[in-house]
Amino acid sequence: MASVTTESERRNLSRAPAVEVENVVRRFGDVEALARVSLTVRQGEFFSLLGPSGCGKTTLLRIIGGLDVADEGTVRIGGVDMRAIPAHKRPVNTVFQSYALFPHLTVRDNVAFGLRMKRVAPVEIARRVAAVMEMVEIAELADRKPAQLSGGQKQRVALARAIVNEPQVLLLDEPLGALDLKLRKQLQVELLSLQRRLGITFIYVTHDQEEALVMSDRIAVMRAGRIEQMGDAEALYERPRNRFVGQFLGSVNLIDATVKRREGDDLWVETEVGTLRVSANGQTSPAAQQSKFTLAIRPEKVSMFPATEGVGENRFRVRVEELIYIGSETHYLLRAGSLTLRAEVMNVRVGSQGFDLGQEAMVYLPPGGLIILDD
Amino acid sequence: MQVRYGERLTPWGEVWRSALTSGPGIAWVTIFLLLPLVAIFVISFLSVGEDKPADLPFTLENYTRFFGFGYFGFDPLYPVIIGRSLVLGAGTAALCVVAALPLAFFIAALPGRYKNLALTLVIIPFWTNLLIRTYAWQILLAPHSLLANAAAAWGLVPAGHALYPSMMAVYLGMVCDYLPFLVLPLYSSVEKLDWSLAEAAADLGANRVQVFRHAILPQITPGLVAGIILVFIPATGQFVIPDLLGGGKVDMVGNLISRQFGVSRDWPFGSAVAIWAMAIVMVGLWLYARQARKSGESIV
Repeated sequence: MASVTTESERRNLSRAPAVEVENVVRRFGDVEALARVSLTVRQGEFFSLLGPSGCGKTTLLRIIGGLDVADEGTVRIGGVDMRAIPAHKRPVNTVFQSYALFPHLTVRDNVAFGLRMKRVAPVEIARRVAAVMEMVEIAELADRKPAQLSGGQKQRVALARAIVNEPQVLLLDEPLGALDLKLRKQLQVELLSLQRRLGITFIYVTHDQEEALVMSDRIAVMRAGRIEQMGDAEALYERPRNRFVGQFLGSVNLIDATVKRREGDDLWVETEVGTLRVSANGQTSPAAQQSKFTLAIRPEKVSMFPATEGVGENRFRVRVEELIYIGSETHYLLRAGSLTLRAEVMNVRVGSQGFDLGQEAMVYLPPGGLIILDD
Repeated sequence: MQVRYGERLTPWGEVWRSALTSGPGIAWVTIFLLLPLVAIFVISFLSVGEDKPADLPFTLENYTRFFGFGYFGFDPLYPVIIGRSLVLGAGTAALCVVAALPLAFFIAALPGRYKNLALTLVIIPFWTNLLIRTYAWQILLAPHSLLANAAAAWGLVPAGHALYPSMMAVYLGMVCDYLPFLVLPLYSSVEKLDWSLAEAAADLGANRVQVFRHAILPQITPGLVAGIILVFIPATGQFVIPDLLGGGKVDMVGNLISRQFGVSRDWPFGSAVAIWAMAIVMVGLWLYARQARKSGESIV
C-alpha cells in the first residue's frame, strides 16, 4: 500500500507546476521590493519577468533561487516547499547578470564546479562537462581563464556552468544585458532553441520588452513590486490592461473617452476627435462598465487615407506634423484639434509613399483596435 | 627624443630625471641595507681577531660551527635555536590568521565611517613602545591580577600564581604585537571581495565550507599571504617578548645573534647565523608562497 501512495505522490509531484510563488513579500527597510507577488510557472515553460529597473524582478528571481529570503509568502519548486531549503540544495541554477565566473578557474573547471560540489564521479563529470561545452560551442576555450574571454564567450560559459547540473528550473538574470545588439539577437535565438531542446523550465529576467516578446511563452510585467499583467506576448501587446503595460510594451496613443451609448458588444464614446465606436468584444477591463475611461490604440492600427475621402464612422481629419521615413515604414505624428496621434504605416505601395509634412489626411481607428484601460 | 605621456624628453633628460626622483631611495637602500648586508656576508667568512671583533684569515668554520661541529664535538644547539624561532614565528602567524580572519570580515562589514574607526583601533597599539606593551602584559598577568584570579577560579593555576612566564603568555604578547600586520593586508583583500562569486558557488551546490574554500579563499589569498609574511619574518627574529614573558630561559635566534655582536664579541659567527637565518626564512617563504598560489588556483 505504502508504495502505491508514494507512486501516486511522485506522479502528483511530476505534474506539479515548475515554480509556484504565493503572496511573496520582501521589504528592504521601508521599501516593499515585492508586495504580495503570486505566479505559477508551468513545466518546460519559458517564462519572463519584465519590468523597469527597481521593479523587483531580480529580487523575485533571487528568492526563487534561495539567494534572498522572502519576509512573507511561499515558494514551491516542483511542488516542494522551499522554506527550509538553502540555495545549495535547491534544484535550480542561476545565470548571473555579471556572469560571476570563478576567475582563478579555467573554463572547464568553472563548468565542472557544480558537479564537483555534488561529488559526482570524475569520469561522469568529464563526460557531462565535455558534452555541455560542445552544446554551447565553448569546447575550444576549455583551458582558458575567464579574463581571456569576450563578453559573449563568458555568457556561454555561465550558461554551460548552470545547465550541466540539469536543474529543474534555470533562472536567468538579464543574461544578455551586457552584450551588444547583434550578439544579443543571435544569443536570443540560441538560448530559445537550447531551452526547447533541453526541456528545462526557464525563468528569464529582462527589462527589454522586445527580448521578452521574442522569447517567452508567457510574460509577467512588473512595476514597483507588483505584477501588472501576466500572459503570452500577443495578449499583453494586443490587450494591455493599463497605461503602464501598454507603454512598456511598445507605444500607444491614449484618448480620453466618455460613454454615450451602449448597444450589445459596442460602445459609442465621446472624445476630442468626436464620437468613436469601440468594440467591447474581448475587452476584459472592468473600466468598460464605467462611464469614463482611457482608450489606447497602437500606432500601427491607425490607418491613413487621402484627405479627399469622406468622413465616416471612426474617421476624422488630421494634419501631418512630423514624419520619419525608415524605409519599410513611415512614422507620422498627426494632429487633430488638441489630440496628437502617432501612426505607423507600412510602405506597401510601389513608388511614392503617403503624405507630406503639413498635408491634411484622413485617419481611421478600427473599433476592435481601441483598448479600454484600467487607468 | 622620447615622448613619455605626451612629454618630450632628451635621453639625458630622462636619465637626469630618474636619478632625481628614484636616486634618494636607491641611495638609502644601498647605504643602509645593501652595504651592511655585503659587510655581514664578508664578515661571516672571517675569524675572530686578537683585539678586533673580526680579522683575517678567511674561513668556513663559522658556517660549520652553526651545525654543531664546534670545539666540544657535535652539538645541535644552534639548529635547535633556529627551529625554536621558526616555530615561534609560524605559531604566531597561525594564531594571528585565526584572530585576523573574523576581524577582517567584521570590519569590512561595518558601515563606512565605523570602518575607519575600527582600523584605527587596530593600529593604536603601535603608538606604544614594544617594551612598554610587553611590560603591560606582565602587569595584566601578574599574581592576583584579574586574569590570574579568573584562571585560579577555574582551577587552571594555583591561587596567587602569575600567568607568566609561560608559552601562553609569550604567544599572547606575540599575537597582540603582530596582529595588525595581518589584519591590514587581509582587510584590504576582504574589502574588495566579489560576493557574487560566493552566491554563484552556493547556487551551484556548495555548502558554507565549500563556499569559503572555493569562492572566498582564492580571492583573499593575496592578502593572506602578504599578511603571513609580514608577521612571520619579524616574529621569527623576535626575542624581547619570549624573554620578558617566557622567562628568558631559552635562546631565540634573535638573542643568539645579538649576543655574538655584544658580550661574546664574535662578529663572524654572529654574521654566519644571521645569513643562515635569512636564507632559511627566505627559502621557506618562497616555498610557502608558491604553494599558496598553487592551492589558490586548484579546485579540490
